[in-house]
Amino acid sequence: MSERSNEPVSAAWVTIARVARPPRPSALSNALGFGWRAVLKFKHVPEQFFDIVMSPVMFTLLFTFVFGGAVAGSASDYLQYLLPGILVQTVVFNSVYSGMGLSTDLDKGLFDRFRSLPIWPLAPFAGLMVGDVLRHLIAGTLILAIGLVLGYRPENGVPGVVAGFALLVAIGFGFGWIFIVLGLVIRTPTTVMTMGFTVLFPLVFASNIMVYPTTMPAWLQAFVAVNPISLTTTALRGLMGGGATLGEVALALIAPAVLTLLLAPLTLWLYLRR
Amino acid sequence: MPPGGLTGRVIRANDTAIMTDTIAVTSLPAGVASAGAPAVFARGLTKRFGAVTAIDRVDLEVPHGTIFAILGPNGAGKTTLMRMLATLARPDAGAATVMGHDLLTAPGEVRGCIAMTGQFASLDEDLTGRENLVLLARLWGFRGRAAWARADDLLAAFDLADAARRQVRTYSGGMRRRLDIAASLVVTPGLLFLDEPTTGLDPKARQGVWRMIRGLASSGVTILLTTQYLEEADQLAARIAVIDHGRKIAEGTSRELKAATGSGFLHVTLADTGQLEAARGQLARLLGAPVQHSPEGGALSGPVASAVEANRVLGALTAAGIEIAGFSMGSPSLEEVFFALTGNAEAAPEEGGR
Ligand SMILES: Nc1ncnc2c1ncn2[C@@H]1O[C@H](COP(=O)(O)OP(=O)(O)O)[C@@H](O)[C@H]1O
Ligand SMILES: [Mg+2]
Repeated sequence: MSERSNEPVSAAWVTIARVARPPRPSALSNALGFGWRAVLKFKHVPEQFFDIVMSPVMFTLLFTFVFGGAVAGSASDYLQYLLPGILVQTVVFNSVYSGMGLSTDLDKGLFDRFRSLPIWPLAPFAGLMVGDVLRHLIAGTLILAIGLVLGYRPENGVPGVVAGFALLVAIGFGFGWIFIVLGLVIRTPTTVMTMGFTVLFPLVFASNIMVYPTTMPAWLQAFVAVNPISLTTTALRGLMGGGATLGEVALALIAPAVLTLLLAPLTLWLYLRR
Repeated sequence: MPPGGLTGRVIRANDTAIMTDTIAVTSLPAGVASAGAPAVFARGLTKRFGAVTAIDRVDLEVPHGTIFAILGPNGAGKTTLMRMLATLARPDAGAATVMGHDLLTAPGEVRGCIAMTGQFASLDEDLTGRENLVLLARLWGFRGRAAWARADDLLAAFDLADAARRQVRTYSGGMRRRLDIAASLVVTPGLLFLDEPTTGLDPKARQGVWRMIRGLASSGVTILLTTQYLEEADQLAARIAVIDHGRKIAEGTSRELKAATGSGFLHVTLADTGQLEAARGQLARLLGAPVQHSPEGGALSGPVASAVEANRVLGALTAAGIEIAGFSMGSPSLEEVFFALTGNAEAAPEEGGR
């Protein structure tokens, strides 16, 4: 040892350096730890609420009052058609956030620290998912509240809304994987966002969210009919407004199920690759 | 690798790590119980990134309970070497044990007894300093109040109690660095990796980090640090490995390294810095060895065998019209050692880098 390390060991260092390690926590406890982090982010970065609800609110107001009459005859009829679609659009766009956050964490080296801890390897992702679900529920509730004020009426009442939100969380969860994978391979958060919107814009606009597909050219109608965003919107309209069939809901759940099955293992592989 | 299989392996790995620790904890840091083997024992470690060989057949032996420095310029491969030893990057060739556990077959056990503070602060900027530490304490298994208590102990020891409730994004560089190191000590590691712990810090903050590193080492933690600063390696480390372009080019105590470079060094101060280039050329020719100059260009130095040779060289310089303001002979500084080893003055910046 070097000559200089003969300095007396201060009491503070002894307490710091001689700590008994607690028993290893469970995977669930690890996941809850990261979930807590996601909740803290909401507390410390309240601006993100502005980000996640502002554009859908603008969309709702503009489309209802500008295009409502032209598309559906009246603003109030159009709102009834549009609002479930806006909820889907909100959740799908907001699913980019986890990937951006992940990209930031990787860029900052935070994930290096997590990876060098003896914890359940998927726990950090579980935390991202907790953040996602909270974000979708908060944004969804705010948009729905504005819809109610403007005159939207969910005919199926509270059970319909609850079922609808469950579907929204499922679709957000599914799409979230796309951006988690992008976040793992792309180190700049803004690139993740740009790529995200490049993928999502055509999907969201070439769907039945804003207009009836009947006025579109046949080739586009064919795409819109199989677009997972359309399938989700149709199921959500049915769940909240009445008339959803089991088949519609099942079709809407195909995309999140397939995305999760394909991308969750890919995520783990990308994360553990070294 | 299937997710299920991997999770199962990591859990098993850590159960055994805890058992050894509970035995060891009262007297020694984690992992030291498996004595015999050095803290790090590496043979032929190699890591390639495409065409770049970032680490090229490096052997390393870090004894327990010492501060060991890896010294090298930017891009030498310091971070890559450290990431491999911390299980964050997989070697392309070679083998190593860390705290007695095999790096390749038992990464979970290795993680159980190391901690790493990376080159760039690995903190959540949005959270407060306290919340950052509580998060890690929870991940290590401290529950409820114990997690907060551990965080507060660390904040006090690292002089951060006043800033505990502020978001990390408001912290100065020195505060971040301290918090980042504290974050590696939530559970006392047997071996602590510090990647360029003082790069970018002002002299006062650097002194603070040095004090902390010495304090930790004196309480029994083995420390492997990287640095671009020769002075830092000289000040802190019992042993120094010098790496350049991925190769280990020398190793020893700072005294050994200095001795290996040659018996003596001649330092010449010029009266007129305008004569720098001419003086350098003359001196290199006279000494038959590479000559380096101080950053401001006023002083030159190079190896000499004896006082007689120094005398001859000084005479020849004066005869060539070089005005000398002063001269001295002494053992080489670590900078000069580095220069002699790499033959590249630019490769050993005293300040700067990232
Ligand atoms: N992930 C990577 N991909 C490609 N090249 C890399 C990567 N990491 C490091 N390198 C290269 O390996 C070499 C060593 O880098 P590094 O270990 O970061 O050096 P140091 O920490 O000493 O500055 C450099 O040439 C660097 O460009
Ligand atoms: Mg580095």
